[in-house]
Amino acid sequence: MGYAVETFDLTRRFGARTAVDGLSIRVEPGRILGLVGPDGAGKSTTIRLLTAAIPPSSGRALVAGRDIVRDPEGVRARVGYVAQHFALYGDLTVAENLAFYADVFGVPEAARIRRTAELLAFSRLAEHSDRLADDLSGGMKRKLALACALIHRPEVLFLDEPTAGVDPISRRDLWRILGGLLGEGLTIVLSTAYMDEADRCHRLAFLAEGRLVAAGLPDELRTLVSARLYEVRAQPLALARELTKGVAGIEIVQLLGDRLRVFAEPDAAPAECLRSALAAGGAAAVDVREVAPSMEDVFVALRSRRGLDG
Amino acid sequence: MNRVWAIVRKEFIQIVRDPRTLAIILAMPVMQLVLLGYAMNTIVDHIGAVVSDQSMDERSRALVQAFASTSYFEVVGYVGGPDEARRAVDRGDAKVAFIIPPDFSANLRAGRPGQVQMLIDGSDPNIAQTALFGGDAVARARSAELLAASLQRAGGPGGLAMPIDLRPTVLYNPSLESVNFMIPGLVGMILQMQGFILTAFAIVRERERGTLEQLIVTPIKPWELMLGKILPYVFIAFVNVGVVLAVGLLWFRIEFVGSLALLLALSVVFLLGALGVGLLISTVSRTQTQAMQTAVFIMLPSFILSGFFFPREAMPALIYYLSYLVPLTYFLQIIRGIILKGSVLGDLWAQVIPLAVFGALVFGVSAIRFRKSME
Repeated sequence: MGYAVETFDLTRRFGARTAVDGLSIRVEPGRILGLVGPDGAGKSTTIRLLTAAIPPSSGRALVAGRDIVRDPEGVRARVGYVAQHFALYGDLTVAENLAFYADVFGVPEAARIRRTAELLAFSRLAEHSDRLADDLSGGMKRKLALACALIHRPEVLFLDEPTAGVDPISRRDLWRILGGLLGEGLTIVLSTAYMDEADRCHRLAFLAEGRLVAAGLPDELRTLVSARLYEVRAQPLALARELTKGVAGIEIVQLLGDRLRVFAEPDAAPAECLRSALAAGGAAAVDVREVAPSMEDVFVALRSRRGLDG
Repeated sequence: MNRVWAIVRKEFIQIVRDPRTLAIILAMPVMQLVLLGYAMNTIVDHIGAVVSDQSMDERSRALVQAFASTSYFEVVGYVGGPDEARRAVDRGDAKVAFIIPPDFSANLRAGRPGQVQMLIDGSDPNIAQTALFGGDAVARARSAELLAASLQRAGGPGGLAMPIDLRPTVLYNPSLESVNFMIPGLVGMILQMQGFILTAFAIVRERERGTLEQLIVTPIKPWELMLGKILPYVFIAFVNVGVVLAVGLLWFRIEFVGSLALLLALSVVFLLGALGVGLLISTVSRTQTQAMQTAVFIMLPSFILSGFFFPREAMPALIYYLSYLVPLTYFLQIIRGIILKGSVLGDLWAQVIPLAVFGALVFGVSAIRFRKSME
């Protein structure tokens, strides 16, 4: 069986600027791909290319088995898209928006009634169905957009920064919904700037300046961080920081509110040295433990490595 | 077609919920109807006049009576001397002053011309011109009467008729009511304005609110979107036209001489061009405000040049030829022809063909541009 999404050297230029540069990625059906990267990395443009909203400057991509250049309409009929900013009709009600998109996607009458009821239920918008979309909260608007993107049972769902600016409860809600959708066989591609969300994806693609910097499973990517990582708690923290810096083999010390994150050279094993240095220096309640790198660390490591490579 | 109807339905819902659009659709035509029907009367009469009669006898009074009995003038006051008369005009108490000198009657009796001075406020050329001609006409007619009477007294044949007897027959609008002229023009104005603005708004609104981004990722095709956006406004424009014609016929009692079917058919041709321009405007505007500005920028010269307010015959040669580029010019001739003169298609080819060509061209170009702007 093929991939749900497959790109071959996908490139898109806007005048002199190259927004997406030779992108080659793959997503298996029923998985979540996270596009991660800073602003201007090309995440939104990649999504617009894959939903056949804009054509590529060069390269190819197959989405749900259809070629985005040769069969853009076939692609559009099989994908759902949730934009970064609210793109539905504020002066239409929840129900009217759903009805409109059902019409536009040609969902047959019988299926439409059932589907609309399902979508309203799982997004908990049923009791608001006669409210104008403009009058919904940010999280509810997002869920409505999601419902409208799913009304035609797409094979691949694209979400552009779906939880940006959404409160934590709604964020969790949205992820719960997305998880449920995977169970129904949907493939999801989303872009996110939240590193903790990156951890929830099956596969990740790190983008920077339009280029793919790294791709793979989160655990694979964690190995890219060659440094060994420790979390240090001690009182007082400021003193602990100074002491830690002096220990051999320590590369970076980050101060994070209630603890230190310490990056050590790959071959070092400074745990004991750290404990003794801290105790000797007069710090109390010392706790040193090794931890796995988070996606944020991976990201930072990738960027600094790129910086070194020039 | 289903998708087109989806867009049409959505547009109607949005129209009903948008006060700005509703105002343009409902309030503006009514307002224009009232303004043009009542306020805009280009025929000037009952021009206020003051009289300074220093002769004060039967002959001078007869002359003043001659002036006052026409509908051109309305005597609003009698003043003392020429200076007072001048001041009255300066102050704006009257637009015209008749100054009859003390020796008026004496001159007439002696067979010399009796001079009468007429002061005219020239700031509004329309009024001034009417006053000029009116005063001149009355003076000549009075002179002729006096001549005929003195001939008769001198022993000439009795009952001498005027040597030249002009018999005017006013065809097509015999009552010379301005409103008969204005109402057809108003139909053209509404079609053009609503065709331009509402269509442009409808499309730009999607771009402005970002909903176009979502629409692009659906199976909808550019032509379906275009058609769906245009149809509601075609419907609305014709409803408005119907209302204007109904009010014109029933309230203002204009006379509709020609064929309503022909009028509607040719209105569609004109509307095509207007919609095309609206589409074009939508492809160059990012916001509804911009669309409005662009539309006004195009419409104002179009109204002025088309002969709607000011007769084209009065325009200098270069501007006159420029007016041939304005579709409204042709449509006004068509609609005035049909309503006031009962023109048939055979009379109107010189107007219909340019209109049809313009409509097809503009609509075609704008449809192509629209499709490109969707990508």
